Amino acid sequence: MSTVSTSSTPPAASSAAVEDRVAPRTGAVKLLRLPEIGALLGAVAVCVFFLIVASAFRNVDNVGTILYGAATIGIMAVPVALLMVGGEFDLSAGVAVTSSGLAASLLAWYFNFHVWFAVLLALVVSLLIGLFNGVMLNRTGLPSFLVTLGTFFILQGVNLGMTKVVTGNVASNNISDMQGFDSAKNVFAWETSIGSVAIKAPIVYWLVITVIAAVVLRKSRFGNWIYAVGGDSDAARAVGVPVRGVRVVLYLFVGFCAWLAGMHLLFEFNTVQSGDGVGNEFIFIIAAVVGGCLLTGGYGSAIGASLGALIFAMTQLGINYAGWNPDWFKTFLGVMLVLATLVNVWVKKKADAR
Amino acid sequence: MSTATEDTMPTHESGPTTEIVRLVDVGKAYGNVTALREVNLSVRQGEVTCVLGDNGAGKSTLIKIMSGLHDYDAGQMYVNGELSHFSSPREALGAGIATVYQDLALAPLMSVWRNFFLGNEIRRGPLRLLDNKRMEQVTGEELTRMGISIPDLDRPVASLSGGQRQCIAIARAIHFGAKVIILDEPTAALGVKQSGVVLKYIVRARDAGLGVVFITHNPHHAYLVGNHFVVLKLGRIALDEEREDLTLDQLTAEMAGGDELAELSHEIRQMDAAADR
Repeated sequence: MSTVSTSSTPPAASSAAVEDRVAPRTGAVKLLRLPEIGALLGAVAVCVFFLIVASAFRNVDNVGTILYGAATIGIMAVPVALLMVGGEFDLSAGVAVTSSGLAASLLAWYFNFHVWFAVLLALVVSLLIGLFNGVMLNRTGLPSFLVTLGTFFILQGVNLGMTKVVTGNVASNNISDMQGFDSAKNVFAWETSIGSVAIKAPIVYWLVITVIAAVVLRKSRFGNWIYAVGGDSDAARAVGVPVRGVRVVLYLFVGFCAWLAGMHLLFEFNTVQSGDGVGNEFIFIIAAVVGGCLLTGGYGSAIGASLGALIFAMTQLGINYAGWNPDWFKTFLGVMLVLATLVNVWVKKKADAR
Repeated sequence: MSTATEDTMPTHESGPTTEIVRLVDVGKAYGNVTALREVNLSVRQGEVTCVLGDNGAGKSTLIKIMSGLHDYDAGQMYVNGELSHFSSPREALGAGIATVYQDLALAPLMSVWRNFFLGNEIRRGPLRLLDNKRMEQVTGEELTRMGISIPDLDRPVASLSGGQRQCIAIARAIHFGAKVIILDEPTAALGVKQSGVVLKYIVRARDAGLGVVFITHNPHHAYLVGNHFVVLKLGRIALDEEREDLTLDQLTAEMAGGDELAELSHEIRQMDAAADR
């Protein structure tokens, strides 16, 4: 409005709420705004770091070991990330894996079921745990942190109690000689190799889950609803999004993945320790947060969670390969979590400011 | 903007317009509290009906009845000539009545186009995946048509101004088939300039043939865009006038409380006098 001549034009023309203070963004900025970009940079940094300091890290044979470590975390970190984008937590995710493995093992042994039948029953158990979390959340309106903390303790007790009742021991009995075990092992715990790189079953399952979750989140209607439910559940409900249904489905997905992880544990090691899995829920959450998920919901990425799992595995094995004292691993983890969160916030601010 | 008042004068004088919603002696009680009684209101196509009132005057109750959150318990509500009782917001939406709440409209971290199509996503292909390009394009067209320009529809709505967010919520309601939009204090939390954006947008919606119910406690904003004015006081209608029969001063005085204001002014003068002594 600096020239005099424009003053004669009708004000309506200039008043069409044209916002000319915002310039279109470049491709580079769009890339910077992806939620997983911080995790990608972090993964590259951790990888380069250990390539330099740990000679065993440079050995191609160890790629399979690192990926396997990432997969066992990633299979659960991805559904937990989706849940966090939807604005909820699941503190029972770690022990739920053990519960699933125990359910299959104990049922098969105690009732002398065919192993595959016990595996299917374990799936039902896992889905029921997810359903319980989701329905309790919807019904009580309590924070999911509290609801799933309750589930966490319930399952921890049931895992130990049931195992002792059935076996008189703290671990399930070896079921490797039972009918159907070998075929189930061929599904949940197979192993092959590409060149000198050993590929274990979870690696493939992890990649498949990541791809499916990423496509659902970014490219499906349900994914749009997840963002909306986590971002503002009232606004979502007002435009007809079935908020409660979305939450239940997300918990069911966590349950399904817990079953998959639990079956791998069982058929890889033939027995399941009843006390396993405690503390893993935080590792899943850390992977999701490192991958760009906000604790407040409405923002995050499935690919990011997988990158978070990869960072986790590279660090854990890198410390071993470098010959450092692994006692300090958890300290390193805590520092990494805070740093990753700071980097994510910083990158997001930079991207939004451009 | 000296021409603003003329620009926004009623447009229905060329002929009668269709009545979409009509309330006849509608009342609502919560337990022993009567929140609303004997309210008559009509919402016509291409008109802005302003509902004014102080806090607790019954504005929210009136909105909730029309948007399907509460049912009324006295009188009748006719929608498109049919006697209607809404049992959910979904039913009201189905009848073409959309409500845009001041704070309850958009998910802050989602992009403009994702918010615009939330709940009505366009999908294509055998996998029924989102047609992101098409949704972004339609959002841009629709917003431009209604006079809002947002260059980057990938931005999260949290980075937009309050006025722009209100406009997006209104544009969304219009695009998805609303015949009547109820705006709950859309300018209450906004600055002067942003209020202007929303008010201009209300006029556009009216000119597009919608019936607009504009809830506000600001008589200046109401008088800029309104065709018909209803002032609520303690759950009853205190004033019900067409624009022709009302001046801004009358409306302001009625809103400010009329006699009550004169009394208040007297009391304050007395206090001042006491302080001076």
